[in-house]
Amino acid sequence: MKLNKFKSSEITPENFYINRRKFLKKMGIVTGTAFASQNIITSALSYTPETERKITPYKFATTYNNYYEFGTSKSDPHKNSKDFITKPWDIKIDGEVENEITLSVEEIKNMIPSEERIYRFRCVEGWSMVVPWLGFPLNKLLNKVKPTSKAKFVKFTSVYDPDQMKGQRFPVLNWPYKEGLRIDEAMHPLTIMVTGLYGKELPNQNGAPLRLIVPWKYGFKSAKAIVNIKFVEKMPVSSWMNASPNEYGFYSNVNPNVSHPRWSQATERVIGENIYSPRIKTVMFNGYGDEVAGLYDGMDLRKNF
Amino acid sequence: MIRIFKPTIFVLCLIPFIIIAYQILFNQLGAEPVKQVTHHTGEWTLRFILLSLAMTPLKNVTKILAWIKYRRMLGLFAFFYGTLHLLTYIGFDYQFNFDPIIDDVLNKKFIFIGFAAWLLMLPLAITSNQKMVLILKQNWKKIHRLSYLIGIFAVLHFIWLSKTIFFEPLIYLIILITLLTLRLDFIKFIFKKKSVT
Repeated sequence: MKLNKFKSSEITPENFYINRRKFLKKMGIVTGTAFASQNIITSALSYTPETERKITPYKFATTYNNYYEFGTSKSDPHKNSKDFITKPWDIKIDGEVENEITLSVEEIKNMIPSEERIYRFRCVEGWSMVVPWLGFPLNKLLNKVKPTSKAKFVKFTSVYDPDQMKGQRFPVLNWPYKEGLRIDEAMHPLTIMVTGLYGKELPNQNGAPLRLIVPWKYGFKSAKAIVNIKFVEKMPVSSWMNASPNEYGFYSNVNPNVSHPRWSQATERVIGENIYSPRIKTVMFNGYGDEVAGLYDGMDLRKNF
Repeated sequence: MIRIFKPTIFVLCLIPFIIIAYQILFNQLGAEPVKQVTHHTGEWTLRFILLSLAMTPLKNVTKILAWIKYRRMLGLFAFFYGTLHLLTYIGFDYQFNFDPIIDDVLNKKFIFIGFAAWLLMLPLAITSNQKMVLILKQNWKKIHRLSYLIGIFAVLHFIWLSKTIFFEPLIYLIILITLLTLRLDFIKFIFKKKSVT
């Protein structure tokens, strides 16, 4: 890590964090990290661990965010989300299910332990990070309900609260933010609900109290501050599909071969690198092809972008 | 007055360059340095284009001739920042790897129009000195009317690269439309006068 550009007071927690990670890697285990009132799981890695790329400095992962509910500039979410209230917070799981339920975030956290997942995060704008998330597979939450035979997709709705989220006072997107996955994508073990990052509680600007992370898709698929998960029959129309259907498809899998009208997706810039660092090559499914390529067998990914 | 004002304004116009040079040298560019430099130089290019376009309407509205004396300098600064913007994209962003650049220019309309705007600035920069004014005579004015097209291209470049309808590109669009309308009215006014006499 090149840390010389930070004051020592800023780097201490992260430095400690990275050293701890190195130690754990040597031991061959990765564990979740303790924070207030949260169950912790200790288990071997159940996914492709990140070994090639460096973890993004905490400072950038928490100050360089796209979260239009708090403003359209990358620095807005950090600035404008400080007083955002995330307690109490309920999540309703309903739609094509036999038993719809409403759970508080506290209940969910107590019920399902979080573990650490170090994932690549690739934004459709052509930049990427590596973030150590804390979370649990979404399927553990979805298994609390019984979908009916009609259910084909899962629709995620983020919170609508223009009093607290000043970005929502402008029609930048059709609020509230909506996203969707096919059921098999949602049930995939790599798809997680995130409760924290870098061993800490999830900051507001990163989507507190509970957000989605789907590491093989562009970042905007990973909805933040979720209040509703709905099983549906028809493919949901996401907020970005609604805003610009020829630019943002339903699948939005990371794919270097399918170019966005404004950004080539062949390469990406690594967040936290200096100005002289070259772009790196973008990898199909963001490097998770071994795990997820099977979901799209026989599909034309150029058409289903 | 001009003797004091002109060098002062020249130095002021250099401030955005000094800021970004400082940020590059001292690693102050934040999470995505290339983007920061690209945005900074691009924004100032657009601002200088609009500023240079504002001088003639300002002269007409205020009836003070002095505005015109800054037009060339502001236009050249637009070219200066536009060139830095282009070089950032070619040098820093794509490390002089021309295949993806050519691909971008041909396939991405915002890059195409941005590049076109820079190309159109070239003849204006080359013919900006007093000698060229004398050599080209009537044609000089015609060539330099390209500045309006450059303004339109530059604003389109900004609108097309924006992800959704944002506030900032709209502001620039409104300023551009205002400037163009002021010019149109003036031309019409002249035309009417001539036809009367």
